Amino acid sequence: MEAVSSSLSLTTVTLFLPMVGLTILLFMNEERNKDALRWTAFGFSIATFVASLVMALNFDTSSASLQMAQRNDWLPTLGVSYFVGVDGLSLLLVLLTTIIMPIAILASFDSGVLKERGREKLYYVLMMLLEWAMIGVFVVQDLIIFYIFWEVTLVPMYFLIGIWGAEQRVYAAVKFFLYTMAGSILMLLALLYVGNAAGTFAVPEIVAGVRSGEISFLMDGVFSEQSYLFLGFLIAFAIKVPVWPLHSWLPDAHVQAPTAGSVILAGVLLKMGTYGMVRFCLPMFPQASVEWAPIIAALGVIGILYGAWVCYAQTDIKKLVAYSSVSHLGFVVLGIFSLNPQGIQGATLQMVSHGISTGGLFLLVGMLYERRHTKLMAAYGGIWKAMPVFGGIALVVSLSSMGLPGLNGFVGEFTILLGALGSNVLGVFFALFATIGVILAAIYILYMFQKVFMGELDKPENVNLPQMNWREIAVMVPILILIFWIGLQPAAWFDVMDASTSELIAQIAENAPQVLAQLP
Amino acid sequence: MLNVPSFADLNLGVALPVIFLGLFTMVLLLVDLFVPRERKHVTALVALGALVVAFVINLLVFDSSEVALADMFIADRFTGFVNLVVLVAGVLTVLISVDYLKRAGIEQGEYYTLLLLSITGIMLMGAANDLIVIFIALELLSIPLYVMAAMRLNDLKSEESGIKYFILGAFASAFLVYGMAMIYGATGTTNLPAIFEAVEGIVAEASTSRLYLLLGAALVIVGLGFKVAAVPFHMWTPDVYEGAPTPVTAFMSVGAKAGGFAALLRVMTLALPAFVIEAGDTATAWQTTVAIVAALTMILGNVVAISQTNIKRLLAYSSIAHAGYILMAVAAAGTAGVSGSSINGALVYLLAYTFTNLGAFAVAIAIEKDDGSGTTLEDFVGLGRSKPLLAAMMAVFMFSLTGIPLTAGFIGKWLIFSATVEAGLIWLAIIGVLTSVVSAYYYVRVIINMYLRDGEGSPAEGSTPLLNGAVYAAFAGTLLLGIFPILATNLLDGAQTAFLLVF
Repeated sequence: MEAVSSSLSLTTVTLFLPMVGLTILLFMNEERNKDALRWTAFGFSIATFVASLVMALNFDTSSASLQMAQRNDWLPTLGVSYFVGVDGLSLLLVLLTTIIMPIAILASFDSGVLKERGREKLYYVLMMLLEWAMIGVFVVQDLIIFYIFWEVTLVPMYFLIGIWGAEQRVYAAVKFFLYTMAGSILMLLALLYVGNAAGTFAVPEIVAGVRSGEISFLMDGVFSEQSYLFLGFLIAFAIKVPVWPLHSWLPDAHVQAPTAGSVILAGVLLKMGTYGMVRFCLPMFPQASVEWAPIIAALGVIGILYGAWVCYAQTDIKKLVAYSSVSHLGFVVLGIFSLNPQGIQGATLQMVSHGISTGGLFLLVGMLYERRHTKLMAAYGGIWKAMPVFGGIALVVSLSSMGLPGLNGFVGEFTILLGALGSNVLGVFFALFATIGVILAAIYILYMFQKVFMGELDKPENVNLPQMNWREIAVMVPILILIFWIGLQPAAWFDVMDASTSELIAQIAENAPQVLAQLP
Repeated sequence: MLNVPSFADLNLGVALPVIFLGLFTMVLLLVDLFVPRERKHVTALVALGALVVAFVINLLVFDSSEVALADMFIADRFTGFVNLVVLVAGVLTVLISVDYLKRAGIEQGEYYTLLLLSITGIMLMGAANDLIVIFIALELLSIPLYVMAAMRLNDLKSEESGIKYFILGAFASAFLVYGMAMIYGATGTTNLPAIFEAVEGIVAEASTSRLYLLLGAALVIVGLGFKVAAVPFHMWTPDVYEGAPTPVTAFMSVGAKAGGFAALLRVMTLALPAFVIEAGDTATAWQTTVAIVAALTMILGNVVAISQTNIKRLLAYSSIAHAGYILMAVAAAGTAGVSGSSINGALVYLLAYTFTNLGAFAVAIAIEKDDGSGTTLEDFVGLGRSKPLLAAMMAVFMFSLTGIPLTAGFIGKWLIFSATVEAGLIWLAIIGVLTSVVSAYYYVRVIINMYLRDGEGSPAEGSTPLLNGAVYAAFAGTLLLGIFPILATNLLDGAQTAFLLVF
């Protein structure tokens, strides 16, 4: 391993900008000037976005190693260091985070629930804390520090749901907190075990050790040391994703969360789970990953079908979008455990795509809710006639979520299906059933769109709905741009992660030779 | 031929923190006579000054590794760290006591004398190199606490608390002494390192003394298990904690616990680490027992805490649960080669718990009414609006008790889990983490009441400048230790830089 610089890196700057914002917000007066609070929070989220753009511009796509890395001792006697850096995979998710956050903050500016319940300062402080923790999850390279960021994301989200959520908010917040904590605390044990065995908590060092065989966890049959460690990590991630059958916290959290909370939850938080699978499970436990791939991928496929099926029965738009997340993230899991470059690249792009389209859908639902104070589909109908611009945007976002070719959703899902078909750890049936999921997605999305936007404008209270204001349009513009950009020019996005995924697959192939045959 | 030690042999220098505090307590008793009844806070300030001086002396002699007082006393980093924990606890306790005692109408100068005596006992406990010293220290730490628990004279619950604590405490002391007698019988000495050597011989020749040793170790675990409130010796805890004046409860929950664990760790890792059933075993004979007690303690403490509606009882059961986590470290110390990281884990946990729990108790005192009511969980409803700063800090204390990162509580849990995993007690670690999730449920409930439910909000009558100072200090300690754990671990690992940071 080449030495990593201990001086201030761009990654650290990006990571700590929200913290600076948080500190400033803490010292601002809530009563005197609410606009100042909002714009400070928004300003810092934009600054973070700019910093992450600079990172993207400095990123060398031809290298698979960590870039813009920094490492300082934190607890040297235990082998723990503040170790950050990005590769292609991390960078994309950091960008996703820094794009979603300003959108979510801007969307909260005249949120009704925030006006009603107040405590705006606390709200924006939590937003900044959340952004800091989420970026941290995607850039840290040390297991202990990773766990710290991972757990810290729970706290702001818990408060966002619990204070500014809908009627059942307390129940949903507690369920979210306990459910995810139960998963992640087992991961703590697994990572302590790995760290103690390896003598370091630095992931690149552990992975290098695993690759060279210096560090090896016994893999002898399905239930052995490595499997248990693999599952320790995987269950934590699977709850976060969520993988069927661990998904039951998600609909509650989504339905109860305020709009910005849902956007961040769907947009970024869920990706922490799938990111963790790629970043930690696969490279640290390659043999177990291969061994368990069919089972996990099968759960992914069940999630695709189950999520889609349940969507069809929903009467509440937000719940429908929430279950559609279960379905979409099933694809991501399937892609990851195809264990080939197409699968993982498709999965990664799908993480970004899903963040954008589902985030967009939640924003749109939020806008409807602000106008009509209901999320029941039956209360709408013919909205396109009442709000033509809104309807147009909603059509694009819905089609992107459905996976229409030319838009972002298609690219990821298609690549995942290719990966699953070509995978030699999975049989052809996985791709086959997943394809049924694509069809079901078309059905439930169009069903929702038809009920809400098409038909006659027959309900008098829907006739005079106000049009979208500049702020609402501003929120949707970046989402629309990304939907088309990824859809029409996916190659640029695949380029970013190509080197890192190839490296990952090469490592798995070395450590678990049975996948070797299928390498391109 | 009796060997009379010379003055130089006593090596008093390294024992200075505890000697100073012990002597000063006597002085304080006299000083208090001249302090008029309505100005008892002067006594408190003098006591506070003494604690701070002892703290500084402790830092000066921290880095020693010597025995003193004719081998009865050992001064090493362990001693220094236990002193540090208990002095921090003492300072915070004085800060939260002054206004509380005045409000409750039980202001007496003797309170501070008793507190200092108890602290002296705990410090002595951490420095014990001999079973006799452990016993004396235990009594010195306990007897003042019996009195303090009953100090709310006109309140039946407080009386019950004192009597209960006294009777059960005396009972537990008897167990402890009996255990010590057994160990003495087996090894012929009460000196801890000498016991260690004798045990090696006993194990090597597989003599029948092993049985006495086994019985002795078991009885010591019972006696000290009572002090630290381990299941099944915990029955007294909720009643005593609920009845005692709240600052006393706060001190008991951290101070008495620190003392008990200091003694337990000393006996187990200094005297009995090589006590195995068959020569060559890596796990000591007492490991499984301690591990089972730890598991029961964590399970019972956390599960029963769920149904509590009074913050003092809730914190009492939570303190039982936390004793379970520290016992995990004691159990882990029973595996050869892991005792170092286990002791570090236990000590850091104690420091983290001291900051966090005293902070939580301080907030509980702030909202307690003059007559001792106002300690239910319902009283926290709306605190997020009426006292935003106190509520925010209470939330951090609750997260710290849960073990959420960036707080001291996480660092403590991490180190202990790490030692337990290293010791190969995976099943115990799994119980530990699962019960942590259970604990999240009731800690989070306090936060729910403060933030997620709307209500009047307690006026927090007890929120005086001194008390708030204690809350801020505890908050600062909780966060500082959570973000820079190196401050604490360096003290234990021997790096000098920590001193520069402390000053």
